[in-house]
Amino acid sequence: MNRTDWETVIGLEIHAQLTTRSKIFSGASTAFGAEPNRQACAIDVALPGTLPVLNRGAVERAIRLGLAIEAEIAERSVFARKNYFYPDLPKGYQISQYELPVVKNGAITVQVGEGEAAYEKTVRITRAHLEEDAGKSLHEDFHGMTGIDLNRAGTPLLEIVSEPDMRSAEEAVAYARALHTLVRWIGVCDGNMQEGSFRIDANVSVRPKGETRLGTRREIKNLNSFRFLQQAIDYEVRWQIETLEEGGTVQQATVLFDPERGETRVMRTKEDAHDYRYFPDPDLLPLVIDRAWIEEVRSNLPELPQALRRRLVEAHGLTPYDANLLTASKELADYYLAAVAAAGQALAKPCANWILGELAAKLNRSGIEIGESPVLPAHIAALVRRVQDGTISHAGAKKVFEALWTGEGQDVDAIIEAQGLEQVSDESALESLVDAAIAANPKSVEEFRAGKEKALNALVGQVMKASRGAANPQRVTELLRRKLTG
Amino acid sequence: MPAIDLDRIAELARIELTPDSAAAFRADLQRVLALVDRLQAVDTTGVAPMSHPLDLPQRLREDVVTEADQRDALLALAPTAENGLYLVPQVIE
Repeated sequence: MNRTDWETVIGLEIHAQLTTRSKIFSGASTAFGAEPNRQACAIDVALPGTLPVLNRGAVERAIRLGLAIEAEIAERSVFARKNYFYPDLPKGYQISQYELPVVKNGAITVQVGEGEAAYEKTVRITRAHLEEDAGKSLHEDFHGMTGIDLNRAGTPLLEIVSEPDMRSAEEAVAYARALHTLVRWIGVCDGNMQEGSFRIDANVSVRPKGETRLGTRREIKNLNSFRFLQQAIDYEVRWQIETLEEGGTVQQATVLFDPERGETRVMRTKEDAHDYRYFPDPDLLPLVIDRAWIEEVRSNLPELPQALRRRLVEAHGLTPYDANLLTASKELADYYLAAVAAAGQALAKPCANWILGELAAKLNRSGIEIGESPVLPAHIAALVRRVQDGTISHAGAKKVFEALWTGEGQDVDAIIEAQGLEQVSDESALESLVDAAIAANPKSVEEFRAGKEKALNALVGQVMKASRGAANPQRVTELLRRKLTG
Repeated sequence: MPAIDLDRIAELARIELTPDSAAAFRADLQRVLALVDRLQAVDTTGVAPMSHPLDLPQRLREDVVTEADQRDALLALAPTAENGLYLVPQVIE
């Protein structure tokens, strides 16, 4: 038998915890880190007789996300009960949305890969629906019992479900990252993956290349980092292909990824899949969203990463790769835009280079967020301008940057002055150095006059050396050229 | 009349059935299904599915924390609690 070429098919379900102050159906706080059960009120613990009342803030965030992914916002959507028994779900059902979700038919275009191999990929988003989170079970031993903390019960979630449009782990990670950037950008989710604010389930299947029907999928549950997402998919794809090539079959199943062993293992198979028996929740009326509300939310949306990326390429002349890096977070993009606003758009490129180069390296090394950077956008702008007008060399600018970073100085011009970094650009001051270099290097002069351009560099080098690096190399070059050809 | 998998239904509802009560439940469920069959027979072409008997939109509350901490009072209602946690028979899925 010929070796089959396989195609990987991936769809993601992402649970984003919304940034509301209170819960989706009660007025209890959603703040992270409280003592167990201090933020679980009568509604959250499902005391008989309590009723849910929907949080306007949760709906508003769903609309924001829907608009940001160019989706339809349902004029009318319905909450349903998803029934299953688990002690961290005290009602015996989760309030979710089933047949009529609040958001449907969206899409997001993401950059995959780097450099020459980079390409754009559009991932369709089937739906996004509102639901409540469950509490937490603590399985440490309490005399053979399980402890239940219901602080998280009732925290609003938006479950964002993609179409099976991704064809590699790399594409899945690019999509998940883009969505992670987007939800933080528009302020609907804090994106904190350690705290579980952004959790990923990956549906993975393989099929022979050219086949149009989908293979049997397995769902990898609860991935809480992009690295695990990549590793889990890579392992799962290898396992499925091996299984099929050895003549086996893939059974539909829910699996868990074990980061320590780097492998997935079955949690439950199709036979013991839950039967959720969804039905409309009689405690909640249909959610109706009018056009005026949607337009109001739209008018408050910031420029989205995709649009900004396009603007940075078209109007600022950046590469798509740099534009992608600068729009990795709203904080970084705002920093860059503030620097360019101060420096002038003509200096956008050097601003981007300083931010993605020197500054990003420093931030990375010291684990500081861009918002806490001691070097401010105005500093970058001043630095770039002083390089541009020839006051300092690039090497001098690095020294100024260092002084700004350490806090040794706060003002670019003052640092240039204090450290004597100003280049000598004054012609009369340079002229004697240039004349001396010409006199001392007749061979280079002769070569240059004979048409050897490179010989000029040697002369420039001599002048730079004589000035101990203080001369402005551009001016020196001009002056030399004038004197030798004039 | 469709077959009723009583054991499966009891399992989903976490209800334990004795042989006596099983017979009674089976008869009750059969009557429920018969009623559903009558409903299914109605022609609903062109009728929008109803998700709630009241023809009203959901009222929304502002996103404000209004609930004070009532942990101790709520924990006191539970059969077992310790260190601020509700305790339940051990569950490992």
